[in-house]
Amino acid sequence: MTTRKPIKISVRELRVFQGKEEGLRGVNLAIPANQILGIIGPAGAGKTTFLRALNRLNDLSPDTHVEGETLLDGQDIYHPSFDVVALRKRVGMLFALPVALPMSIFENVVYGPRLSGVRNRKRLDEIVERSLKAAFLWDEVKDRLPMSGLRLSGGQQQRLCLARVLAMEELEVILLDEPCSGLDPISTAKIEEALTILKAKYTIILVTNNTKQAARVADDTAFFLNGEMVEYGPTGKIFTVPDDKRTNDYVTGKFG
Amino acid sequence: MKLNGEKIAKYALMTVAFSALASLLLIAVFIFKEGLPFMLKVGVKDFLLASDWDPQAGKYGIYPMIIASLYVTFGAMLIGAPLGVAGAIFLNEFVPKQVMRVVKPTIELLAGIPSVVFGFLGVMVLAPFIRTHMGGPGLSVLAAAVILGIMVLPTVISISSDAIGAVPNSYREGALALGATRWQSVYMVTIKAARSGIIASIILAMGRALGETMAVIMVAGNTVKIPHSVTDPVRTLTANIALEMANATGMAREALFATGIVLFVVIMILNGIALSVIKTKVRKK
Repeated sequence: MTTRKPIKISVRELRVFQGKEEGLRGVNLAIPANQILGIIGPAGAGKTTFLRALNRLNDLSPDTHVEGETLLDGQDIYHPSFDVVALRKRVGMLFALPVALPMSIFENVVYGPRLSGVRNRKRLDEIVERSLKAAFLWDEVKDRLPMSGLRLSGGQQQRLCLARVLAMEELEVILLDEPCSGLDPISTAKIEEALTILKAKYTIILVTNNTKQAARVADDTAFFLNGEMVEYGPTGKIFTVPDDKRTNDYVTGKFG
Repeated sequence: MKLNGEKIAKYALMTVAFSALASLLLIAVFIFKEGLPFMLKVGVKDFLLASDWDPQAGKYGIYPMIIASLYVTFGAMLIGAPLGVAGAIFLNEFVPKQVMRVVKPTIELLAGIPSVVFGFLGVMVLAPFIRTHMGGPGLSVLAAAVILGIMVLPTVISISSDAIGAVPNSYREGALALGATRWQSVYMVTIKAARSGIIASIILAMGRALGETMAVIMVAGNTVKIPHSVTDPVRTLTANIALEMANATGMAREALFATGIVLFVVIMILNGIALSVIKTKVRKK
């Protein structure tokens, strides 16, 4: 069982409409700081929509609108006076497909700090080394930082993206959207290992199609189905004695 | 051997393709055959670098016209490239998709306006404007550069905008998710990713500007002289061929073919650069 930690993100009756579709139908969730929340569920359950609501990436889709309350440290992130750009620096996101930007490895990592105006070369060097080490990529790329990030393998690119998120000094929450879906087992293991270390410093929300991955790394797990959150609890409980029959059917592989 | 439909279609298409290729090749061969001996006779250096052009007196220096072509072309790029690239960025990144769907084809239609119409506008509107506000005869380097700058806009806009449109949306989201503002994601990510396409559009536009003849004859003034100011009249390489061909015989005629070789080579080099820029992009992917 988890010890109660302060609540980092609190979501009340969160609804997301995409055109006429209701992508999320009123989700309630209180996410404690400094642990990993795994979100599982079949495709189309609203996992990604939920994640994208937390750093307001849904804003980019023209016909999407959001209802309900989403609090980060008690502040409503959808309040008109809330600075979206600042929000995305505090709530970083890792996508399913690695998005290495078309620039060198070094520049990829310092992209966020540069946007925040960090210019001091020594400081940037430190950020690159710290972030790449935290993402378990440093040893593989330390001798070729000027090389284009696009030339790394998929698994390396994903860790590069993780390093890029970690490089942001304002970072508090890491959202991961099926970060290992296209990766080999070794890269997957490295990312999972990184996450279990990183939770000491950050709040981590991991959406995954791979229930075993949630079982391995998540402290708490939430099960989503058809835009609703069916059940939420400590990972051990969700995977062994869930309250809801649908959760049980999903984690035991009866559908999915 | 039995001839069936497949084979007939194959050989028919092959014949058509080869004759298209062959006619292009023959044109190139013919230009070189007519012009090259002349160049060697006069001396390549004297032909390219002497400043006197007077075929009646046996003087065949095209240096002023090379300079004129370069000035006019680069002037046109100075106007057309920033405007065109900015327009492409605006259309792709800052305008609703529905507007883009109307505006882009409209701009591409601009490419279909005959150059004589642009030239006419230049003569009637632009040249008098330059004459009254900046001095000189009006027909000038500046007038030609402005007209050509506008004429190449469709090329620059449509090719750069295709390149920008091809940048995966995930790049934009990736940048925005890291706390970039809209504009930061455009200039730090989108433009970088579309860079090769944008450069290619500018080089192709340069080729068009260099080769344009009708509009340039109408607005450039056509004096064979190295220009000292943007309001001086000039004659470009293309204008030279068009203006003199009617009464050129013998050596003078060969001199015009040799001018054609110079244009041919410069445009080939520009296109070569454009192609290699486009190719490097493909290889990186």
